[in-house]
Amino acid sequence: MISLKQVIKGLAVALCFSFIASSAMAAKTSLILGMVLEPTHLDPTAGAAAAIDEVVYANIFEGLTRIDRWGVVRPALAKIWTISKDKKTYTFELREGVRFHDGSEFDADDVLFSLNRARGDDSTNAQKGLFRPIDKVEKIGKYTVAVTLKQVTGSFLFNMGWGDAVMVDPASAGSNKSNPIGTGPFKFKRWVKGDRVEMVKNPDYWGTPAKLQKATIKIIPDPAAATAAMMAGDVDAFANFPAPEALSQLETNPRLKVVIGNTEGETILSTNNQRGPFKLLKVRQAMAYAIDRQAIIDGAMFGFGTPIGTHFSPHHPAYVDLTAKFAYNPEKAKQLLAEAGYPNGFKAVIKLPPPSYARRGGEIVASQLRKVGIDLEIVPVEWAQWIDQVFKKRDYDLTIVSHTEPMDIGIYARKDYYFNYDSPKFQKVMEKLNETVDRDARYKLMGEAQRIISDDCVNGYLFQLAKGGVWNKDLRGLWENSPVQANDLTEVYWVK
Amino acid sequence: MSVFLAKRITTLVITLMLTTVVIFVVLEILPGDPASIMLGINAEADTLAALRAELGLDRPVHIRYIRWILDLLQGNLGTSLTYDVPVSELIAERIAISLPLALMAIILSTVIAIPLGIIAASHHNRPLDFFVMGFSQLGIAIPNFWFALLLIIFFSIMLKWVPAGGFAGWDAGMWPSLMSLFLPSIALALPQSAILARVTRSSLLDVLKEDYIRTARAKGVSQRRALWGHALRNALIPVVTIMGLQFSFLLAGAIIIENVFYLPGLGRLIFQAIAQRDLIVVKNMVLILAVTVVVINFVVDLLYAVIDPRLRGGENG
Repeated sequence: MISLKQVIKGLAVALCFSFIASSAMAAKTSLILGMVLEPTHLDPTAGAAAAIDEVVYANIFEGLTRIDRWGVVRPALAKIWTISKDKKTYTFELREGVRFHDGSEFDADDVLFSLNRARGDDSTNAQKGLFRPIDKVEKIGKYTVAVTLKQVTGSFLFNMGWGDAVMVDPASAGSNKSNPIGTGPFKFKRWVKGDRVEMVKNPDYWGTPAKLQKATIKIIPDPAAATAAMMAGDVDAFANFPAPEALSQLETNPRLKVVIGNTEGETILSTNNQRGPFKLLKVRQAMAYAIDRQAIIDGAMFGFGTPIGTHFSPHHPAYVDLTAKFAYNPEKAKQLLAEAGYPNGFKAVIKLPPPSYARRGGEIVASQLRKVGIDLEIVPVEWAQWIDQVFKKRDYDLTIVSHTEPMDIGIYARKDYYFNYDSPKFQKVMEKLNETVDRDARYKLMGEAQRIISDDCVNGYLFQLAKGGVWNKDLRGLWENSPVQANDLTEVYWVK
Repeated sequence: MSVFLAKRITTLVITLMLTTVVIFVVLEILPGDPASIMLGINAEADTLAALRAELGLDRPVHIRYIRWILDLLQGNLGTSLTYDVPVSELIAERIAISLPLALMAIILSTVIAIPLGIIAASHHNRPLDFFVMGFSQLGIAIPNFWFALLLIIFFSIMLKWVPAGGFAGWDAGMWPSLMSLFLPSIALALPQSAILARVTRSSLLDVLKEDYIRTARAKGVSQRRALWGHALRNALIPVVTIMGLQFSFLLAGAIIIENVFYLPGLGRLIFQAIAQRDLIVVKNMVLILAVTVVVINFVVDLLYAVIDPRLRGGENG
């Protein structure tokens, strides 16, 4: 006979077991995400470093609009907006009941403060150009703001979704560099400089709460160390793994998953259009024919990357594939060089910044150009020198760099930009694009712009930088592509 | 003695003043503007000017130099241009890693090297000597970053005993922190101990050839007692010199190992600061390191006196 005592005992044991089992089954709620570059500070409105956005964008800070994983503009702190008939005034209806992490309420005054601060005279916003079209910002009600533009700006809503346009609170704006206070689903906890940034879930978030309780961004600058950390399980994920050569090795690990996605990084052979032989269209065309893009992707990027024929992301609906137009043809290149007056080629200098796409890619480009007679001297430079010599002083012939800002074809309309390219035809198309709001008309103009710079061979168009993500196979919700530089953790969760 | 001290202090002050000038001039010549590095390639001219004014970079050169020295004299190391926190705070955080790491490495290397050097010297030209010298040759030849990778593969990826890198942080407890410094300190200690073992051996062999050792042996002292009782103490002077040099190297020169193990130490701070043109951090870090080297050399001088009583009298100083 079984006594009552035994039954209770049995039940208790069973309960215990089920409790242990269920707690063992409960999925993990913390994440350690690896990143290569450490942000210099954590205020996205006061610095260009992609690393800042990669920590705080969508996690800690939010703007009026936001850009989602597909690159589409979505409402964020503005829940809805209306655009006036002349397409110059945007009236934003703000979300009510939103609070900054320090408890202060978000309302129209914060929008006025944030936008006026970014476009003010003493602004240190790295993308001040985004705010240039704004004529005035007015408070209509506590939760209504009207922004009037000087001229129609088709990309205005997209621009307001950049990390540089996030909403900040007047009380904490000054200290956001070291203690960021935003409205996002994660709150900043602490930053162990040189090592990690810690965030915790914001329990008072206005929208869908984060599934993770805690997220740690771990800074690992060395590619070999990153591989070791991934193999040892010290980090759960690398959204953008620094060593393409190690991806195939990591892929064989049953615990891990390798996901190749797109970025906004057009990797180009930037050319000084006002210098020496590069002034001649035929020389630039010859270079375009002399470059074998796939060989560069295979040799420098271990096969990861998409060939491009113009300065535009291949995954964007408005992209025009122009790679066939200047398909690899060294004979044609030699002929064009001869026609341009350089039958024996010429000498030039290529300055290469530190990333491996540039250093390795530059060596391959140099060997390809040598075959048609263009003899390149390779000069490696560090970033600081690159910005100073190439970018500011335009003291260069050729360089390789990845332009990672989204939708940045407009730089070709800037006469003072380091390409030294000045085409009234292109500038006119850009002006028209700025004034166009209709999507299909915009796409058409974007296509026209892509063709002009491809025809003019402004730069050598090499490839779109791939994003090699590596993460634990039980992890879900990380971005596969990066339409903006961000590690949006709002939808990340563990299945185990 | 006081004349000697006064002399030394004067030399010290002049050295440090010259150091400040050299550091400042080198950083002035270095191309690259901190403001444009921070704001990137889309920044506009007026934004750059605003940031430069905020950082005080628009002031004339001599004013900036005087400002720097005056701040230093008041013990103010300034604020990092990129991190926007006091430099002293940054350095303190990094020293909390670099100093224990350097200490662990130097202790480890001494514990390995000195016995090995003694064994090699006392078995001069016999198999044990060749074995130890072979080991030290290997230790010098193997690049420490590669050795570090081997350690990671074995201890972190295969055995999973210690993390592959990173620093737990002292607030996470003593043990996890020491564990995160364990592999880096081995990787740093190996080449150091190889050098130290060779120095110990050759220094001992030199001393063993001295007249007083022969006298001691002639008086009937055993080989072993002559070595331990008479030779070792004198043989340690060059060893301590090398250790002093190694320690200053380990404090800031461990940058490669810091990268392999992604430890946020002093070496990486300088490296990052140079790349980002965080001039105030570079200036003050280099200066602090110069001071450290001078101080360590001074401590080494004092140790000579402890080891060799003849140097205590002052006639040498």
